[in-house]
Amino acid sequence: MYAFLSVASFLSVFPLYWTVVSATNSSSDIIKGSLLAGTHLFQNFYHLLELYNLSTALMNSTLNAVVLTVASVIICAMAGYGFEAFHSKAKDKLMSILLLSMMIPFAAVMIPLFQLTANMGLLNTTIGFILPSLSTAFLILLFRQSTRSFPYEMIDSARIDGLNEISIFFRIFMPTMKSTFAAATVITFMSAWNSYLWPSIVFRGDPSAFTMPMLIARTIAGNVTDHGVVMLAALIATIPTIIIFFFLQKYFVEGIAGSIK
Amino acid sequence: MHIPNSHATRKPFLSLERKRSLSGWAFLSVAACLIIWLNFYPMVRGFIIALHTGAGANMTLSNPIYRNFARLFEDPQFRQTVSTTFLYLIVQVPIMLVLALILASMLNQPSLKGKAIFRTAIFLPCAVGLVAYALIFRQMFAHDGLINSVLIGIGVFETGHNWLNSVWSARLVIIIGLLWRWTGFATVLYLAGLQNIDRSIYEAAKIDGAGIFQQFWKITIPLLSPIILLTAIMSTNGTLQLFDESMNLTGGRPGMSTMTMSHYIYQTAFVHSPNLSYASAMSFAIFIFVAVLALIQIKVGDKR
Repeated sequence: MYAFLSVASFLSVFPLYWTVVSATNSSSDIIKGSLLAGTHLFQNFYHLLELYNLSTALMNSTLNAVVLTVASVIICAMAGYGFEAFHSKAKDKLMSILLLSMMIPFAAVMIPLFQLTANMGLLNTTIGFILPSLSTAFLILLFRQSTRSFPYEMIDSARIDGLNEISIFFRIFMPTMKSTFAAATVITFMSAWNSYLWPSIVFRGDPSAFTMPMLIARTIAGNVTDHGVVMLAALIATIPTIIIFFFLQKYFVEGIAGSIK
Repeated sequence: MHIPNSHATRKPFLSLERKRSLSGWAFLSVAACLIIWLNFYPMVRGFIIALHTGAGANMTLSNPIYRNFARLFEDPQFRQTVSTTFLYLIVQVPIMLVLALILASMLNQPSLKGKAIFRTAIFLPCAVGLVAYALIFRQMFAHDGLINSVLIGIGVFETGHNWLNSVWSARLVIIIGLLWRWTGFATVLYLAGLQNIDRSIYEAAKIDGAGIFQQFWKITIPLLSPIILLTAIMSTNGTLQLFDESMNLTGGRPGMSTMTMSHYIYQTAFVHSPNLSYASAMSFAIFIFVAVLALIQIKVGDKR
């Protein structure tokens, strides 16, 4: 058992270790199969900055991911809360219809979505980027399921205190459901940061709107690849999600677990 | 003494009950409208586009009206991408689910030492973006990449194998990549499910003389079956839509032998001479595949 787990752990971590190491090596050291950290980190970084617009891509990715995460978590949390705390037969029926949307592959809607975004003049904009994933049945379901365990007496007493429904949501529900919100934030941020297919459609025409995944995909596009630069770019694109993963691992696991109960 | 005003005795326009129900609808309306507008409507719209030919303002109904769909059956490149995608699906998903089950039940052993380290290591690939890992694997399996250096070093090859330039090894690399990226994710789901199973069931089974394999087959698998079904549906769905790996790990090469359906649709719709209506017909085919496979899996899962 320990042998099996050790091998699995090694195989899981090794490619990442090698990425970190290679980001500090020169192209020729990488070809030689170096497994130790080298001294080329700054040269690689310098080349990366020289060849690609790293800071713009980092800023675009951050802006897009933050806006999408905040907007989509609030919209879906409200919906999940609405479905469960004001539960009714008709709402259940609507929910099961909305769940069908999880069966629709993105490839099946990307062309109409592209036309729709283009017609509204939203190509190459953050709004255009966030539209398709603003509201997802998965997040609504996550919030609906976890609202089941919400102490309803708190809502009732807040109503008696004269709070209106919106204030109850923001002032009572949100603070109580912190861990669900954290999980939803982690999941949404990660998928927004890493998304690639939709950005490469919606930001196609404007290099200044490129995101990190689009930038790192370009590092291999040329004829000559600088291996060190590729690995450093992949590493930089990965760092934010790895940090979030380490700090919020508990929520990440809980969040996924919460959604399957 | 204060006398309540007459309004309170009259029946209000909206009863408290109705008012509550309406605020519930208000809470969920934005999200529901967005899903209808950005998921269901485009689905229908895509079907309509698939019935047309031409581009932009010159779109006309195609003749015969199912022409784009008929073309699917005559297009060898589409057939190629369908079979490649299904190859990934049939090979990768079962291996991944079995591996994840084994890993999760090991990680769930109460006697296991160093659990946190193993768990973090095995979950770690989930935190890596799809494009980033595709590039990492592309570099590892490059002709002058690490894998070849190691294999030459230990004497397996004389000159190294050109992994990404021959059909079957390139496909194999994509499958290895998928296994690396997603096994940890399935393990998380199984582990969460296992933690909901009462340990005393296992204790009782042990007392009755059930070995570790019997416990696995008779307790773990049946109790986890809803989650196994969920992961099967999710990964089938995900694999049928595979794009980032095909685009960035192999670029669909050599030839089009590693290209997935989504990649081909993207190419048809947005690269070279765009043909949105034919691409829409292919998109609709993916939808049919996903829907049919999900239905089959739900049927099979229910019987168990």
